[in-house]
Amino acid sequence: MLDKTGIAKRIAQELQDGWYVNLGIGIPTLVANYVPKGITVEFQSENGILGMGPFPYEGEEDADLINAGKQTVTLMPGASIFDSATSFAMIRGQHVQLTVLGAMEVAQNGDIANWKIPGKMVKGMGGAMDLVASAENIILAMMHTNKKGESKLLPSCTLPLTGVNCVTRIITNLAALEIKDNAFYLLERAPGVSVEEIKAATAGKLVIEGDTPEMKLV
Amino acid sequence: MAINKVVANAGEATKGIENGMTLMLGGFGLCGIPENCIAELVKLNVKDLTCISNNAGVDDFGLGLLLHQKQIKKMISSYVGENDEFERQMLSGELEVDLIPQGSLAERCRAGGAGIPAFFTPAGYGTEVAEGKEVREFNGKPHILEHALTADFAIVKAWKGDTAGNLVYKATARNFNPMMAMAGKITIAEVEELVPEGDLDPNHVHTPGIFVQRIFQGVNYEKRIEQRTVRQKG
Repeated sequence: MLDKTGIAKRIAQELQDGWYVNLGIGIPTLVANYVPKGITVEFQSENGILGMGPFPYEGEEDADLINAGKQTVTLMPGASIFDSATSFAMIRGQHVQLTVLGAMEVAQNGDIANWKIPGKMVKGMGGAMDLVASAENIILAMMHTNKKGESKLLPSCTLPLTGVNCVTRIITNLAALEIKDNAFYLLERAPGVSVEEIKAATAGKLVIEGDTPEMKLV
Repeated sequence: MAINKVVANAGEATKGIENGMTLMLGGFGLCGIPENCIAELVKLNVKDLTCISNNAGVDDFGLGLLLHQKQIKKMISSYVGENDEFERQMLSGELEVDLIPQGSLAERCRAGGAGIPAFFTPAGYGTEVAEGKEVREFNGKPHILEHALTADFAIVKAWKGDTAGNLVYKATARNFNPMMAMAGKITIAEVEELVPEGDLDPNHVHTPGIFVQRIFQGVNYEKRIEQRTVRQKG
């Protein structure tokens, strides 16, 4: 089974040289720490950064330089700064190649829900709806089940949607999966996790083709 | 000589803001918010405001201060997760809230300032956000119609500004400020450093002075950090 760091490491394997990548809040942010050697990617933060760098050293924090999670960050050489309209022009205009974000639920047709629990939690969608509506590649970083042990990979979402038919790939603590033809296709098992465990944790339609390899993490 | 937009302080800058008005306020989280004008609005205690701002501050800073005094009737935002009082007022129905996707919010402000009454975007299609909105297909993909936003007053914060109202922002404190500056019937800019005309390099101006009606030198900026994240040396 993968922990949060493991999920981030596995997602980092999906990065391709020359990509601009938007990382959501939480586990997705960790992906920046595991960019494979030999490839160059630039991280976009929707509040207005291209070429976002790591957290600053203690004492060098700048209140005017934060990421979309409101955390203090730094800029890489060659970075640029822009306003919110320009930032979403990059996103909506499909100039950003990959979006990584978290989800509360995902459906076998690629629908995603991650912004609202009616009557309980209303934080807002932030940039998530713009991102999922336009991204060419969307990878979800999430736990396979919720705290009660119920599957978050469903036949259809029960929570208010963030976007429809948009998710293509999911990395969970149990597995790597692809969404196509209205089903979750199992690609890889997390280390030490059996196909049976993944089946039991997946409420939506799960397709298993042949032997499912175990993930290889560096 | 350029047209002079300078006013003395936040008190003079906010003259004319009345109960029931619609305000735009720049900032992303607490980054790049007009601290001086928010403090002035608290003092004025104007009520029934509609506030257009990406976030709603935190409980004891930013727009949270106006929420605390129940000055806001309606919030138009994209993300409000950092504010317990906001969530309480919204869930209890005291506060009307229109949550819109961040990119649509930015573009609606830009459109308001640019004379574009509405536009189509794919963001929000198939979700609650699309309810009641016209849907049209372009290039085989469904889009929803979003309308421009304008405000009685837009209140922005910049790093430097000159007497002509030209503005330069610092780092990610830019965020929504440039579009909101365009979309206010009256735009107020508060700046950390007010300089004489001619001191800003025209090549480096982010918001041209035409969008700004009142500018003043702000004081006592707190610039609070919401999430202080650091790494260790070595």
